[in-house]
Amino acid sequence: MSEHSTPHVLPLRVYLGIGAILLIFTIITVIAAQIDLGFLNIVIALAIATTKALLVAFFFMHLYYDNKLLFLIFASSIFFLTVLISLTMFDTLRRGDIYEIRDINIEQDAIIYDESSSVGADTSGTNH
Amino acid sequence: MNTIPEQNFLTAEKGLKSWLTTLDHKRIGILYLISITFFFFVGGLFALMIRLELMFPQDEFFIKLDDFNQVFTLHGVIMIFLVIIPSVPAVLGNFVLPLQLGAKDVAFPRLNLASWYLYMFGASFALFSIFTGGVDTGWTFYAPYSTTIDRSVISMTMAVFIIGFSSIFTGLNFIVTIHKLRAPGMTWFRMPLFAWSIYATGILQVVATPVIGITVVLLVLERLLGIGIFDPTMGGDPVLFQHFFWFYSHPAVYIMILPGMGIISETITAMAHKNIFGYKAIAYSSLGIAFTSFLVWGHHMFVSGQSEFAAMVFSFLTFFVAIPSAIKVFNWIATLYKGSISLDTPMLYTFSFLILFTIGGLTGLFLGTLSVNVTLSDTYFVVAHFHYVMMGGSIIAFLAGLHYWWPKIWGRMYNEKLAKIACGMVFVGFNVTFISQFLLGLKGMPRRYATFTSEFAQLNGFSSWGAFLLGAGLLLTAIYLIHAVYKGKPAGNNPWGALTLEWTTSSPPPHNNFEKSPTAHYGPYDFDKIVVESTLDD
Amino acid sequence: MEASYSDRPKHLAHHFAESKQQYDSAKLGMWLFLLTEVLLFGGLFLAYSVFRAWYPETFVNANKELNVILGGLNTIVLITSSVTMALAIRSIQLDRKEATLKYLFVTLLFAFTFLVIKYFEYSHKFHEGQLPGKFYTFEGIDGTNPHIFFSVYFMMTGLHGLHILGGIGVITWMMIRVRKNEFSSQYYTPLELTGLYWHLVDMIWIYLFPMLYLIR
Ligand SMILES: [Cu+2]
Repeated sequence: MSEHSTPHVLPLRVYLGIGAILLIFTIITVIAAQIDLGFLNIVIALAIATTKALLVAFFFMHLYYDNKLLFLIFASSIFFLTVLISLTMFDTLRRGDIYEIRDINIEQDAIIYDESSSVGADTSGTNH
Repeated sequence: MNTIPEQNFLTAEKGLKSWLTTLDHKRIGILYLISITFFFFVGGLFALMIRLELMFPQDEFFIKLDDFNQVFTLHGVIMIFLVIIPSVPAVLGNFVLPLQLGAKDVAFPRLNLASWYLYMFGASFALFSIFTGGVDTGWTFYAPYSTTIDRSVISMTMAVFIIGFSSIFTGLNFIVTIHKLRAPGMTWFRMPLFAWSIYATGILQVVATPVIGITVVLLVLERLLGIGIFDPTMGGDPVLFQHFFWFYSHPAVYIMILPGMGIISETITAMAHKNIFGYKAIAYSSLGIAFTSFLVWGHHMFVSGQSEFAAMVFSFLTFFVAIPSAIKVFNWIATLYKGSISLDTPMLYTFSFLILFTIGGLTGLFLGTLSVNVTLSDTYFVVAHFHYVMMGGSIIAFLAGLHYWWPKIWGRMYNEKLAKIACGMVFVGFNVTFISQFLLGLKGMPRRYATFTSEFAQLNGFSSWGAFLLGAGLLLTAIYLIHAVYKGKPAGNNPWGALTLEWTTSSPPPHNNFEKSPTAHYGPYDFDKIVVESTLDD
Repeated sequence: MEASYSDRPKHLAHHFAESKQQYDSAKLGMWLFLLTEVLLFGGLFLAYSVFRAWYPETFVNANKELNVILGGLNTIVLITSSVTMALAIRSIQLDRKEATLKYLFVTLLFAFTFLVIKYFEYSHKFHEGQLPGKFYTFEGIDGTNPHIFFSVYFMMTGLHGLHILGGIGVITWMMIRVRKNEFSSQYYTPLELTGLYWHLVDMIWIYLFPMLYLIR
């Protein structure tokens, strides 16, 4: 039991320092959001949030000092979440895209009908 | 002559209260066994109702058309969420895992008991739903139908939510147990393969189940508040529901089958009296299955309107799942080579498993192939395929495990002759039921209809008779197993001459599992180094 | 060999050989639980991502209806509460029980502050009719399906709020246990697990804040 009788105590300044950094990052992210940087805005916002989250995990939650297995568990939660979101969005963002490709092929490979003669429902002059 | 030890976990305390407040993993396993058997019976009755209705082409031969949708939904929901998912881990995992590891209990005994109460609490929601309108959505609860019909969907989905948390806590408990409570000498690679499979299952339970939790919460909110995220008229997306659902439910297939595979690794070595072929390959393939199963859920959605690009990727990735499963099957077969095989009941079930699971797995490849899937989607081919995996795989493996560990659990042996007859009935009945359904599917009979045209009549009749035979076989199994609990011949510590640690303690084990904390001196299947005689007297 | 029962500490359960084994098990179990929490919230992150990608304008415009000042204030409140929670655990590691109680109490105060601020935000939205799904009556947001943004907003902040409520319960319970002298530098596992939970709730808010309040 001797392993546990001396807990791993971090100095006070670590906690206060990390807390201060987190607060500063909060202010930075608010300010960054006021400037229009196009798609970089979301990248910056997520990068700052991730930095903050990692600081919390490593120091407040002691992952930096603990068994690496615990870090692996934490990392895998993020990994599987990424799988869930990216594979789902691979669908939701690409619905119907195949029809565009099909259209391009038809136009490139063959002239199917003369556009001027196929107005409205009358398709009698076209050869398929 | 074998005797039952005076002091064992069954006699340690007396009375109903001692069972309902027990923290002993062995007793909790038995609590699960009783409740799961009850729901297996209920789900089985629903199955027989389906087969009665479909015995003849007439409409409403047995049940009303409208009720048919309810009956197949309840059959599915009960069998999947209340029976197969908890079956092997919660019953046999609970009973056997700590014994195999040489531990006194699981890591969190209170959480373990709480999981059982959660399971019962969730199950009561399911029963409540059945008596207050039921559900007829199919076990998949697809939106927008499930969010608009006037039925008891909320309590049924809450049942899924609650039972999901029961499953999470069971998985979490087992992972920690395997990491932290192994006996001295029990290195990772001296662990029985059943423990490896329970470990991989635990990962799936912990990672996938929360997603079904939030899915049903969203479904309930959609019904109560009309939040609109699954409602196309409000800018939502019903296909998104399917992504949510299958992100859990594909891995859930492996929550069902992986522990079964673990059982097969145990029975096949014990019955062939031979070291497993490719221990590490089987151990790692469990983890491989767990990992790849998270990447393929879209193969359930090929005709849902999802992006064709996504469908292609999901189809491609699906083939990778076959690799670790095939590794296991090849290694099991190789284990049998030149073994001295005893044809006891667990071995017969193991053979059944090998045959049925292989058929189920291979037809899964047909369905994972994008173009073939489009034709076979929503036909009886699909129904037959997943019954081969879930019934022919999980339940048959569960039966193999029950027959294998029954003498350990109760200290008594069942009637082997009846057991072999019942095993034959189950095997034949199952194949008659579902080979017919493969053929029906190939002929184009769609699933989930209460009636059919006369061209499907003959095969449907076959299928129904097969189901009755299967039902009779299972009933016989229940009878002789229960009989054995009271009247069976004492089996001794090690009726099969197996080497894993659970066979070194008495049958039934004492309250603390082992008289003296065990040490693992050899691997779980070192039959070439150690010879242990069977304690069963013929 | 096993220690006899007389020299086993009171908190050590019968199936563990020693305190460290029990402590490691508890911590491993807690981290696995946190993983399930991440994936539980993950479903909502997925809904957010899908609909933000589908309706980018709506999200930008609807986001302007949220109060960045109040959201930012709540971020500061939660981060500070995480610091005090960490200090509470540090204090018990040094056997300073009074300080532990004090820090836990401050953490509790911050948790309540968070909920009060959230209450003001919610009641403003209720008043304006900026509600989820079919209850949405607000007019004045350009873009298709603005109600979806508020569905996502209320689900994410609602689930997070429930976790804060749960945290309040657990922290209160921990304060009672500290008062009963159940913890010391030798044994404070439940307190540490509470801390892990609280930090995770904080961490999730760290993402929710820019995702909901700071869209451009
Ligand atoms: Cu699947």
